Amino acid sequence: MGAAAEIVAEATLVEHRRGFRRRWYRTPTFVAGVSILGLIALAAAAAPLITTHDPVQQDLLHTLSGPSWSHPLGTDDLGRDEWSRIVYGARTDLRVAFIAVFFSFLIGTIIGLLSGYYGGTVDTLASWLVNVVVAFPFYILIIALVFVLGSNTRNIYIAVILVGWVSYTRIIRGEVLVAKRREYVLAARAAGLSDVRILRRHLLPNVVTQAIIFAMSDIVLTILAIVTLGYLGLGVQPPTPDWGRMAFEGQTFLTTRWELSTFPGIAVVITALGLSLLADGLADLLRPE
Amino acid sequence: MSEPLLRVRDLRVQFKLARGTLRAVDGASFEVGRGEALGLVGESGSGKTVALRALVGLLPRSARIAGGSIEFDGVDVLTLDEDRRRALRGRSIAMVFQEPMTALNPVMRVGEQIGESPLVRLGMGRRQARARALELMSLVGIPDAKRRADAYPHELSGGLRQRVMIAIALSAEPKLLLCDEPTTALDVTIQDQILKLLLSLQEELGVSLVFVSHDLAVIAQACKNVAVMYAGGVVETGTVDAVFREPRHPYTLGLLRSVPDVDGVRGRLSSIPGTPPDLAALPTGCPFHPRCPFVVDKCTSGEFPLRALAGNRATACIRDDACAEDARREPVVANA
Repeated sequence: MGAAAEIVAEATLVEHRRGFRRRWYRTPTFVAGVSILGLIALAAAAAPLITTHDPVQQDLLHTLSGPSWSHPLGTDDLGRDEWSRIVYGARTDLRVAFIAVFFSFLIGTIIGLLSGYYGGTVDTLASWLVNVVVAFPFYILIIALVFVLGSNTRNIYIAVILVGWVSYTRIIRGEVLVAKRREYVLAARAAGLSDVRILRRHLLPNVVTQAIIFAMSDIVLTILAIVTLGYLGLGVQPPTPDWGRMAFEGQTFLTTRWELSTFPGIAVVITALGLSLLADGLADLLRPE
Repeated sequence: MSEPLLRVRDLRVQFKLARGTLRAVDGASFEVGRGEALGLVGESGSGKTVALRALVGLLPRSARIAGGSIEFDGVDVLTLDEDRRRALRGRSIAMVFQEPMTALNPVMRVGEQIGESPLVRLGMGRRQARARALELMSLVGIPDAKRRADAYPHELSGGLRQRVMIAIALSAEPKLLLCDEPTTALDVTIQDQILKLLLSLQEELGVSLVFVSHDLAVIAQACKNVAVMYAGGVVETGTVDAVFREPRHPYTLGLLRSVPDVDGVRGRLSSIPGTPPDLAALPTGCPFHPRCPFVVDKCTSGEFPLRALAGNRATACIRDDACAEDARREPVVANA
């Protein structure tokens, strides 16, 4: 390479490295996703400040009232403020989904790393478990698990994690199978580094991108699962507000008070949209060159 | 200075395949003295790389060491358990790979990669490891080390990457550096720089080198001693001077004659007839006999171990006199 060509090549590469910091605001999907989620998260965090009523406070004198200045989205059949319940519902649903996905991600990634790197018995066992879980449809398995374990928040976590880790194991295992044959892994071993260090510092950063992107879509799936559970009466127990339960309860009054079912549904759609945009944007930004 | 740093005796590495046993290394013997450089030459598939992997204990899972010994610093490393072998890696025996682009972690800053061994193997603190990395980078001739330490491998040119690889290999202060075709992937001008760097490091740090290459010119420039490999075995050893001037194995002779000769010592460029043997079905007798111009009946059966000759050399050929005669008749090296 000539000196000039080398300087040019280096300049473009440095440009690329600083890529994430410099390019994120030029990736519209990323910006849109972060903005939508940021607003929702902000609303959930600042719930007491932007709502006017206690979400579980009943007011039996003002049930099923239409939108008004004191109740912007009206009240439900027990006189609870719909707007407050949607905002507090975001707290419940987002918290459960994020925590459940975080642990699925953590457990699935660790099992995937070990199974891909060591192969042998560890891999056989892990792959068998993955296949067993994958053999059942996602929602049905979660619903069945919650039904068997009993419906409370802790069991929702358990069910989602028991079903969710397999996706991360599949993604990470596949990536590790490819990456571990790369020479830099051999070089790390030739340098006498321990397996733990090779897995953590050399393999993980090279394989984790796909899993991070999938986690965004997975949060959407998990929110839908939680909402579905709530709709079926197996979710977060009343009176804690949850979008699924709200959609279900509002259904009875669909012809007179359509807001009660529709707005929780819109909340789900907007959240899902934000996460999907974020996933797309991340995929663009993190894609290795 | 009497005891060599590394002594490999009759090393055998085999791969189990569906169609039989592949003898990738089949009775290889060589020695590396302290502070010396040994060149390991041979064509693709002659077992050079597998032999190197065996030295550091990083053979693929399908491979098995079927015999022989590897003595490093007086210890037979093949008898050590995995933890003790791992302790040797990097600290005593380090490796420089052929392709610096793929042998560096693409998502780790090069400064961190160089400082990793000082950090986790030598127990340095983070700041100390960073200082050590910068020091190593200057040692291997990377200009502007402070800025380059924060670069990722893809931001560096091929030559700089190979310098980074060498810095990593040196980072835990090894006694022996195994270089697996360290210059093959580089431009000719850069090749020369890297070669000179390795030689100066050998002199400055007193580190021993094993230099695997199929490039005879590189070996001639870099090494004092040479071991020629063919079909998994070492067929000739000696000083580069003696072996290249008067080869005593027809394979060595063939290799030397197949190098284009710009000095015009030889009239024509020749090649070795035939192809390297299938390592899963080696011919009986001397593995080179089907391609050998000096073949006699005795070559087709029996064992052909290295035989010591005068002048600290050894050959596996029984017709070494005929070979040397032929080399004298038509010299292979300029200004020999």
